Amino acid sequence: MNALHVTTTRIFYAILLLLAVLVLNFTMMHLAPGDVADTIAQSMGGADEETMAQIRADYGLDKSFLVQLGSYLGRVLRFDLGYSFYYNQPVTSLILQRLPATLLLVFTAQIFAMFIGVVLGVISARRPNGILSHFVTFIALFGYSAPVFWTGILLLIGFSLKIQWFPVAGMRDVTLEGGFAVRALDIMRHMVLPTITLSSIFLALYSRLSRASMMETLGSDYVRTAKAKGLTEREVVYKHALKNALSPVITLAGLQFSAVISGAVLVETVFAWPGLGTLAFQSILARDTPTILGILFFSSSLL
Amino acid sequence: MAPLLKVENLRIELATRAGVAPVIDNLNLELGHGESISFVGESGCGKSMTALAIMGLLPEGIGRVASGSIQFDGEELTTASPRRLREIRGNEISMIFQEPMTSLNPVYTVGEQIAEVLRAHQGLSQKAAWKQAIELLNAVQIPNPKSRMESYPFQMSGGQRQRVMIAIALACTPKILIADEPTTALDVTVQAQIFDLLRDLRAQTGTSIIMITHDMGAVAEMSERMIVMYAGRKAEEGPVDQVIARARHPYTHGLISCVPHIVANLTEERQDLTEVPGIVPGLSEFGQDLCLFSSRCPRVTDQCRQARPPEAHFGNSRISACWHAEEL
Amino acid sequence: MMTDQTIDPPVAKARSPLSEAWEMFRHNHSAMVGLGLLVLIVLAAIFGPLLYPTDPFDMVWAPFSPPGEEGFLLGTDYLGRDLLSQILYGARVTLIIGLSAAIVTVVIGVTVGALAGFYGGIVEEALMRFTEFFQVLPTLLFSMVIVALFGASLPMITFAIGIVSWTAVARITRSEFQRVRELEYVMASRASGASNSKLMFEVILPNALPPIIVQSALMVGSAILFEAGLSFLGLTDPNVVSWGQIIGSNRQYILESSFTVTIPGLAIFITVLAISLVGDGLNDALNPKLRKR
Repeated sequence: MNALHVTTTRIFYAILLLLAVLVLNFTMMHLAPGDVADTIAQSMGGADEETMAQIRADYGLDKSFLVQLGSYLGRVLRFDLGYSFYYNQPVTSLILQRLPATLLLVFTAQIFAMFIGVVLGVISARRPNGILSHFVTFIALFGYSAPVFWTGILLLIGFSLKIQWFPVAGMRDVTLEGGFAVRALDIMRHMVLPTITLSSIFLALYSRLSRASMMETLGSDYVRTAKAKGLTEREVVYKHALKNALSPVITLAGLQFSAVISGAVLVETVFAWPGLGTLAFQSILARDTPTILGILFFSSSLL
Repeated sequence: MAPLLKVENLRIELATRAGVAPVIDNLNLELGHGESISFVGESGCGKSMTALAIMGLLPEGIGRVASGSIQFDGEELTTASPRRLREIRGNEISMIFQEPMTSLNPVYTVGEQIAEVLRAHQGLSQKAAWKQAIELLNAVQIPNPKSRMESYPFQMSGGQRQRVMIAIALACTPKILIADEPTTALDVTVQAQIFDLLRDLRAQTGTSIIMITHDMGAVAEMSERMIVMYAGRKAEEGPVDQVIARARHPYTHGLISCVPHIVANLTEERQDLTEVPGIVPGLSEFGQDLCLFSSRCPRVTDQCRQARPPEAHFGNSRISACWHAEEL
Repeated sequence: MMTDQTIDPPVAKARSPLSEAWEMFRHNHSAMVGLGLLVLIVLAAIFGPLLYPTDPFDMVWAPFSPPGEEGFLLGTDYLGRDLLSQILYGARVTLIIGLSAAIVTVVIGVTVGALAGFYGGIVEEALMRFTEFFQVLPTLLFSMVIVALFGASLPMITFAIGIVSWTAVARITRSEFQRVRELEYVMASRASGASNSKLMFEVILPNALPPIIVQSALMVGSAILFEAGLSFLGLTDPNVVSWGQIIGSNRQYILESSFTVTIPGLAIFITVLAISLVGDGLNDALNPKLRKR
């Protein structure tokens, strides 16, 4: 197999997939009741038929479906995802503004979930009937069954309202003055609850998977060889078993991105975290179609 | 001189769904310095369990030594601390396994896997261990040992991997090498090469060998003495040539007649060339007070079904646990 | 006709494994607890509104009355509506959407997976690309868009959940079909001239079923969670009550009263928990590999 060939095929398919997302996007926008002219007319406080026709002509809305699709694709290629009349900003810049907050949250939560999940999984795999193993089963069930926004609100009630350890919402305290360290610390304080909430979904997944994977590896022939070599238990578990047990966990992590984004929408909404998820929620409430479609396209392209 | 390894009245119990089953039931054996013996029997007769018990590697929470003793060089292993057992494993007693394809860790180079055991037991530095590992690869006749050190197991054939396993096992010049069906998973030509290698290395190092096999050909080739096991019990024991010439247990007899070429006079024995009918009983049937082979035995009598046969001695080296041993 | 009947081992075999599976399931404590909970929830959803006819939209008492006060067992919400009645009516919506979305999911998933796994080659390639396309779309965002653009009716919500969730079912079905397709008895049916559709649905499907059943059971749970997420965000039919929507609308008032959020959340949690316990139990009972242990 030719590695270069594989890569190019992959890239080709990725581009094809994105094109398909765009076409789907556009078709949905086209099929949905109401169009940009209605939105603009609304924001102007109503308009007569003539003005509406004028706006439609200006935006090319009177052209055929295919022509419009073509010009839409052309614009996207120039990184122009349209204009948000609600925020009065191009959608692309809107997304780029909100992106860092989301990435920060998503990556921290993923790493946190993976780390804790693997630790729990390994410990409980070594003592399959111990208390911790039951705890992992419990966490897994809870993480799967509890709606993530509910978990978030519970944490909020517990740790921000009842005992006021963490701030209620947002990402930073705007009244706070100080240098970089002070501000970084502030963001970290704001991050704690959203991170725990978002990772709760994946913690379950990772701890369960790494326990299963670890138990399988601990029963494998090469671990028996390692024991027969007279290595210490620590070497057997961490050097020989863990490295092999990790690979399905890491593979899974790569497949979770879509779920992470979904979780992020809910968690950000609960904690008013100024990321893409909150943006999506707000633009849905405001019926800001270009923004929401832009976010949809953008997060698909991240995958 | 005292034997190197002495197993007395060993009983190993395995926890199964149905209850506790004695996979090894009252086993006695001795292994002398530099001696090579074979455990023979079909799968499920407890050969591997005995080996794992000697290594202190019975499956945790499932198998345990219920009673009896295992003495290595006068030291009791069944009560030894985990730490002491670790010192012995891979150093004084080492083991190679049936599945070379899966017995090496896929994520480390073979060099690292050999060097590791040298570092653990001989306190060698990274560099010294690596150097000695190259010599070991050379000793097990792997071509280009220096460059092969960097190979991963998946880049090697089954035979080569088993050679690597042998290198790991012999790295610390152990007093005992346990080889658990070392060639079962390999091609016939490769099997012969591995046996040759083991024989050569044994001649060089004087290591005692316990071979576990169901292949009578391998027994004849590798060992001086053999112990035939059936359903967790010793069926017969004796010097290989004597046992093959005249088996004192119907089970041994059956095993031998499965392999025509080791029978001295082929034409004469022709009518006896039948495989042993039936299968080894399930674990739940182990431990009853009867001859467990009785259900498959052509010479079965009522006595066999009523009591476990005692071990009858013949001369000073042969034992048979059969009610009819005298007649055989 | 005769030949058809002689080569149909799955049907003849189906009886005893089924009772064996039930036997396994019955002895699985957590699965039985899950099943018990589920039965209670379903009964509450069916009969609750009949036995407790308070309209969930009526303002019956002062807002934020804590549970137990004035005979309102679970208290009242921010508009003074009876929470117990909301929960009971919400159970119906939740279960109906969960179940119907799971059905949509399973129908699409099994069809796509079966066709891909059965035919292989270019059909498989095309269908798997199609599946990949839906995997790329961030699920919640995509269904938010659908509901936002095309209206928040219950059928639309069901569709929006189903259309983003079927890929897992399709993948499992495909791999099971690939596995079963190669088994001897399938070859035998093929050799005796069974039609493709017969092979697919009467010969292969019954044997590929166990993991699909387990996945479908779990799908009901995740559809319920999904619906809760959407309605929490306000993307729900305003004319019906649903658990997620109760949480979403009371969320701003958690300072005044937290039970209006915790109780419906608990309802979702327990329902999904019951379903996943049952799903795990099914998995243990139907998985022949585990059974041998």
